[in-house]
Amino acid sequence: MFDYSKYMRNTKLPHIWCPGCGHGIVMKSLIRAIAKTGWEKDDIVVVSGIGCASRLPGYVDFNTLHTAHGRALAFATGIKLAKPEMHVIVVSGDGDSLAIGGNHFIHACRRNIDITLVVFNNGIYGMTGGQYSPTTPDGDRSSTSPLGNMEPEFDVTKIAEGAGATFVARGTSYHVPQLDTYIHKGLEHKGFSVIDVTEACYTTHGRVNKKKYPSNIDMLKFQRDNAIPISKAKEMSEEELEGKIITGIFCEKQKPEFTEKYQKIVDSFSGGGK
Amino acid sequence: MTESKFEFIQGNIACAKGAAYAGCSFFGGYPITPSTEIAEYMSGYLPRNGGKFIQMEDEIASLGSIIGAALTGAKAMTSTSGPGFSLMQELIGYACIAEVPVVIVDIMRGGPSTGLPTSPAQSDLLQAKWGTHGDHPTIALVPNSVEEMFTETVRAFNLAEYFRTPVLVLGDEIIGHMREKIRIPEPGEMEIIERTVPSSDGVCPLPYASDSGKPACLPNFGKSRFHVTGLNHDTTGFPTMDPEIVARENERILAKIYEQREIVDSYEEINCKDADILMLSVGSAARAAEEAVKTLRKKGIKAGLFRPVTLWPFPKDQFIKHAERAKYIIVPEMNMGQLKTVAERFTKRSKIVPVNLVNGEPISPEHIISVTKYLNI
Ligand SMILES: Cc1ncc(C[n+]2csc(CCOP(=O)(O)OP(=O)(O)O)c2C)c(N)n1
Ligand code: SF4
Repeated sequence: MFDYSKYMRNTKLPHIWCPGCGHGIVMKSLIRAIAKTGWEKDDIVVVSGIGCASRLPGYVDFNTLHTAHGRALAFATGIKLAKPEMHVIVVSGDGDSLAIGGNHFIHACRRNIDITLVVFNNGIYGMTGGQYSPTTPDGDRSSTSPLGNMEPEFDVTKIAEGAGATFVARGTSYHVPQLDTYIHKGLEHKGFSVIDVTEACYTTHGRVNKKKYPSNIDMLKFQRDNAIPISKAKEMSEEELEGKIITGIFCEKQKPEFTEKYQKIVDSFSGGGK
Repeated sequence: MTESKFEFIQGNIACAKGAAYAGCSFFGGYPITPSTEIAEYMSGYLPRNGGKFIQMEDEIASLGSIIGAALTGAKAMTSTSGPGFSLMQELIGYACIAEVPVVIVDIMRGGPSTGLPTSPAQSDLLQAKWGTHGDHPTIALVPNSVEEMFTETVRAFNLAEYFRTPVLVLGDEIIGHMREKIRIPEPGEMEIIERTVPSSDGVCPLPYASDSGKPACLPNFGKSRFHVTGLNHDTTGFPTMDPEIVARENERILAKIYEQREIVDSYEEINCKDADILMLSVGSAARAAEEAVKTLRKKGIKAGLFRPVTLWPFPKDQFIKHAERAKYIIVPEMNMGQLKTVAERFTKRSKIVPVNLVNGEPISPEHIISVTKYLNI
């Protein structure tokens, strides 16, 4: 059995998450992926913004930084550039990383800075009680879309790839072994990696959409029944893919990494600096 | 002995050189007039000298990046002007409660909003104090010459590192862009304060424990696995809602600065002792006030100038001492009366005479002198 206690701040448990919250599943997957890298705990920084997902750093035994809403990637960029030998991981909700933090998201992708971003994408603002987010499905009710969400949703993988991220994957909190692999690959990847994780918040999202998600378990079943591997999705039409969760690795390429490029310039001056 | 080095430079460049002298190794910023020369200088200086410069996507990101860098051990700074300074407010509060040393330079310009991007103003004196939400300590330094842009930037780093808190340097367009000859101090000539870090092994179980009012030591990420949050926290750094601890810690971050005034305070007193007319002024407006004092003295009028160099915390005891005996307090400033509110707070007897200008032009000594015609002295 995997021993989580080695990576947890055991005295800080229990966590604040509701029973059945997807965040715990993703946290465990992240920890298994970190364990697989063999990295020293001292060399790892876990950074978050604000939200339920963003409480994760308090529970894990690394260097941890809980910042302000939306700003995790900005802080993480400073850490990574100032101390490139550290492994920098950002955990962030969909509101945190894509709404208020959207600007930092696209620019971190563009820089191809060696940071791994895990988006805890439950399609809702959990912490503030269930308002619609940039990834709330079309028509879903939320506390600020009582008549159904009228705004189209973001496709995280498309933005990430378009903005320049060099590793982009999507998993779900139902397909856990795959998720472990995606996160691990993202951690090992040199460059900016984004792992978008479709998961669920029954407390604020499921509960107000009872027809679609009668129970917490149905939210997991929804992931099971609607996930389409990317290879299969390629053969399907746009209409057929409506409402589906496309999973897999969307992009994996080698490009010069920002802090390495920068360090080379710095090193070229050291010694006889002018 | 090496020969002294004199340079004829702009205030903004003096600021950047002061940062370099203080050991700044990280700069994150976003361009904005009239501060941009600082970022431009650092973008060339830092990578050539083992440091890092990054142009972030906005000012919020700029401040976020330097807080992150500071947590790895870097001395970190950013520079901006009004609109960018407004954007930074939330994270200034973050740096206060998380007790992370950073230096934020605001070269003030006209406002509100885009206002007068290339003209001087002293628009952010109160934003510097009250801009971020919640009770928090503020240290703001206001240089009034190119030389002070250098020395006050060095002092800003020293205070930031000593107190583990953000320190603001409030320049203005005039101070930032004017050129004066200054002497660059030799290495070692000015004291450089380094932050207190944990002893040899780097481990620090209580990164937020205060030791007899002194700020606790700050471990670097990578040495001690500690937790940093903007939530109220206890001495271990982890969140708490225990009312006793919350109150104690909120009071502590204020007290660590306000109870060590001898370290923070700095002011200039020109002919204050017997002044009937006391001027209270900072930055470039204080240059005009100083000229006005000289002219008035020549005419036999007992005028003086009290110039806070550390504006926040306001050197109130020293000000009150002079204000008590003066008949009039003239407050020249390039805004509609921000410093005046401070004078009002600490003046009981004397009459306050505001001198305000918000048209993008500098206040002139003649302008200040002209108001004295109506005073009964
Ligand atoms: C500047 C700012 N605006 C708004 C908030 C309030 N707020 C806290 S968490 C949150 C949304 C959280 O949603 P998400 O990021 O999706 O994470 P989740 O709680 O679902 O894990 C909001 C709007 C805040 N803390 N700061
Ligand atoms: S409110 Fe939702 S996101 Fe937050 S802990 Fe509960 S289930 Fe998780």
